Amino acid sequence: MITQALFRALDKKAIWVVAILLVIALAVPAANLLIPPGSPGHVPNYLVTLFGKYLTYAMLALALDLVWGYCGILSLGHGAFFALGGYAMGMYLMRQIGDRGVYGDPVLPDFMVFLNYSELPWFWQGMDQFWFAMLMVVLVPGLLAFVFGWFAFRSRVTGVYLSIITQAMTYALLLAFFRNDMGFGGNNGLTDFKDILGQPITATTTRASLFAATAIALALSVFICSMIVNSKLGKVMIAVRDAESRARFLGYRVEYVKLFAFVVSAVIAGIAGALYVPQVGIINPGEFAPANSIEVVIWTAVGGRGTIIGPIIGAIIVNMGKSYFTGALPELWLFALGGLFVFVTLFLPKGIVGLIGQWRGYSEWRNRPAPPSDGAPSGEAHASDLAERGENTKTVTRAPQPKPAE
Amino acid sequence: MSKALDTMLYLNGVSVSFDGFKALNSLSIIVKPAEMLAIIGPNGAGKTTMMDIITGKTRPDAGEVYFNGRTDLTKLDEAAIANLGIGRKFQKPTVFESQSVWDNLEMALKKPRGIFSTLFYASDREDKDRILDILETVRLAGRKDDLAANLSHGQKQWLEIGMLLAQDPKLLLVDEPVAGMTDAETVETANLLREISKTRSVVVVEHDMSFVRDLDTRVTCLAEGTVLAEGSLEQVSANPTVIERYLGR
Repeated sequence: MITQALFRALDKKAIWVVAILLVIALAVPAANLLIPPGSPGHVPNYLVTLFGKYLTYAMLALALDLVWGYCGILSLGHGAFFALGGYAMGMYLMRQIGDRGVYGDPVLPDFMVFLNYSELPWFWQGMDQFWFAMLMVVLVPGLLAFVFGWFAFRSRVTGVYLSIITQAMTYALLLAFFRNDMGFGGNNGLTDFKDILGQPITATTTRASLFAATAIALALSVFICSMIVNSKLGKVMIAVRDAESRARFLGYRVEYVKLFAFVVSAVIAGIAGALYVPQVGIINPGEFAPANSIEVVIWTAVGGRGTIIGPIIGAIIVNMGKSYFTGALPELWLFALGGLFVFVTLFLPKGIVGLIGQWRGYSEWRNRPAPPSDGAPSGEAHASDLAERGENTKTVTRAPQPKPAE
Repeated sequence: MSKALDTMLYLNGVSVSFDGFKALNSLSIIVKPAEMLAIIGPNGAGKTTMMDIITGKTRPDAGEVYFNGRTDLTKLDEAAIANLGIGRKFQKPTVFESQSVWDNLEMALKKPRGIFSTLFYASDREDKDRILDILETVRLAGRKDDLAANLSHGQKQWLEIGMLLAQDPKLLLVDEPVAGMTDAETVETANLLREISKTRSVVVVEHDMSFVRDLDTRVTCLAEGTVLAEGSLEQVSANPTVIERYLGR
């Protein structure tokens, strides 16, 4: 039974995505470390880190897509789970600094010495152990999602109201983490990391390993999401998205279906955050900003929600655009982002991936055998024929859309 | 309560009001095992509200609702009631439009509904045969791989009835099953429901009088949330109050 579920996970598309990601996990670090700088094919250090960051964003977008694209829960607070995973990793990295900090305290991180802490707060205990920190990376976002989802989904909060409270959740966390006495470094956050697992964090080998770890984690997430959405549970998730009350009258506990998707998604987002922090070198409360979470929604929408590959493509393309724009035309970036979202919503309701599907449908339609024509086609008849056919292609390609918030 | 024994559905003195409007006013209805009951009545008579109460969507202000002689439905939620064996077809055909006919039926199939049993579910021979069987019954065998969205209105109605059958319920609540169907389809649907009612209890709400005549069963006329008349269709349609309030002269 379980083996069947595993086989189902690797359908034609997912197996390609997983394979490509695994190839990337090997090829990019190899091209960075083995090919000397200056030779063709060498991947410079900064690109490794940059693309490593994009891949963590892709994981976050994939996590959002699992709840939004497949289950109809438009979460505008997914950045919170990402940031919590990041903070858990950040705490581990802070504890690794040891007495190499500015104040040289063997136990307390610099900001605690600065704020006159006499001892480590209870929630920092154990975070110097890698396994414990990694457990927290999974548990903290998962638990928050569970508690939040338990109350929200059981009270049948749906649609816009749910989106608003997810937004409120991440905003509340933003404000809390900004406070110095929360014990998470206030608005400076956690930074100045030195080591990860005993390796210097800025070393090229460490960077390359982190990249590989991120690509593998993304491949695993694709595998897990694919397993879920290809199972009967995945069908039920889509059923919940399209007709919640019907699913309920069929006997499915809609709240548990949503809760499951939400928790799995939060855990994936948390792991993405944990991989993001060592590559970027800092985590601060800014990651909780509602705007960040909304940006994730845009990546997913641009790539194509309700598909596995869509959010990955969307996250990478939009962030490449962001890197370019914020360098070349910094003041225009937000306009470009906003315009992109409007454009995608109006013209590409299924995103870039949907565009490929539409194009494929169109070329199939063009290559179809010509219908037997009776009589000479006059110009007028031809035009009306075209118009009719145009309408036909529209109805063919217009599959039912996932509803964003209902 | 003792009166509820050996009934499939037992409603006694059920009342519910929304913002002061009495949708149901001390409604009492009994459906026996393997019996069909047709419910007619003007708009706003409380037909759909009654279904909402039976399926747990609405809680009654007063009254008793028992299923299968002993289960108190007023204490359960929709999913629990559905799993007891009550299937409901909505007034507006509601199927999962972005999924195939086959997937719609597979989800409806009577199987464990838990998260992990659904996640690791793999259909076996028996399940597939059952779905094929239902597809034959509702005449959608040729369209099993089509999206439900591409079905005609009448076919969606049939798919939804098929989903009810897949749930293997003891009691079917069917709200306006023949809306949007051709005359031939209407006759087919009546035959199908009569067939089903040989082994299960069926409650049908319908406006189409010729369809109700085809059902050839006990009829209850509701108006303003209470029972106006009961009996065969001839008796009910001869009742002067029914003529005045619903059928018109």
